[in-house]
Amino acid sequence: MHEFSLIEGVLNMVRDSASQNNIGKVNRVKLVVGRLSMALPDSLHFAFEAICKDEDLFREAILEIEEKEIMCDCLACQRSSELKDIYSFICPACGSNRIEITQGRELYLDYYEGEEVNGAGSNGG
Amino acid sequence: MVQVRMEANILGANELLARKNRAVFAGRGMLVVNLMSSPGSGKTTLLEKTIDHLQGQITLGVIEGDLYTDQDARRIEEKGVQVVQINTEGACHLDAGMISKAYENLSDREMDLLFIENVGNLVCPAEFDLGEDFKAVVMSVAEGNDKPLKYPLIFREAKVILLNKMDLLPYTDFSLERFGHDLEQINPTAPVFKVSGRTGEGMAEWIEWLLGEVKGKRAENIKAF
Ligand SMILES: Nc1nc2c(ncn2[C@@H]2O[C@H](COP(=O)(O)OP(=O)(O)OP(=O)(O)O)[C@@H](O)[C@H]2O)c(=O)[nH]1
Ligand SMILES: [Mg+2]
Ligand SMILES: [Zn+2]
Repeated sequence: MHEFSLIEGVLNMVRDSASQNNIGKVNRVKLVVGRLSMALPDSLHFAFEAICKDEDLFREAILEIEEKEIMCDCLACQRSSELKDIYSFICPACGSNRIEITQGRELYLDYYEGEEVNGAGSNGG
Repeated sequence: MVQVRMEANILGANELLARKNRAVFAGRGMLVVNLMSSPGSGKTTLLEKTIDHLQGQITLGVIEGDLYTDQDARRIEEKGVQVVQINTEGACHLDAGMISKAYENLSDREMDLLFIENVGNLVCPAEFDLGEDFKAVVMSVAEGNDKPLKYPLIFREAKVILLNKMDLLPYTDFSLERFGHDLEQINPTAPVFKVSGRTGEGMAEWIEWLLGEVKGKRAENIKAF
């Protein structure tokens, strides 16, 4: 799996943004990961820790991952349901296989938190 | 403490490039197929057979993804079809940036059909849009029945599924009935072609379907101008 390159991509985005926002230290990085995305939270944590310890900006950062359930809309019965089994794309309500996945493919950087260079900074939360 | 909201797609950079690729390919009216499977299911073999059927009828190009070697690219070259090799140096998938560079390196960028052989892997390639028209998944009967349920995303994303090594069916415990049943749950609309890269079984039906797609793409392009 490519969790290392995903995390590198995330840290690149944060690094660019941090330098624009005068942030010298990152405390928290929050990702949203759908259960249908092929990224595994454990592996993301592992990669995050491995990469972050080598860079001052990220050394104390923690990674938070919000997982998103898989949701579908059924074209047969019009109901929305959660799909519990990722290997069965079948409407749990009526058994139809004509469904659309509406949630669960997410893979994005939600926000990060950090401290501004020269301490005092307080642009609110 | 400052919080900076990003709401940025982690694969956003790839998706941007994929969109660019798609526009370039569409402008030339060529069909682009992203061929994916586990290692050794028969992607290169089926490409060779497909080339045998199509040569003389349409123009072709191939981009070969491989971890380290150029063996697959050489096999295609021997068929007299233009091919560019991408070595991913250990990366488990191709991405849209690699494809745009490889495409620029083809000797003739006008063609009817461009095949991309992805790295043998059923997990990661499913998440990386390359700018292709559709994904084709190859699976062989030798791999056992559990693959679609273990790797549902790639099977769901496929527009077409090739079940390869049908010549080996009698020597395996592979159940066609169960395969059909599992696909009903994962991807009920994709046509499944049962083929053998060894005997040529089933190739004619696959080729006919594929030519239909090539013609459809060309017609779309003519309409757009
Ligand atoms: N019996 C049988 N063997 C096949 C068939 N198709 C391919 N093979 C053999 O399976 C092996 C792997 O085939 P390839 O075409 O190299 O598979 P691939 O998917 O391109 O492999 P990678 O690129 O390494 O992922 C080779 O030894 C082929 O000769 C088939 O239909 N029947
Ligand atoms: Mg190959
Ligand atoms: Zn339903």
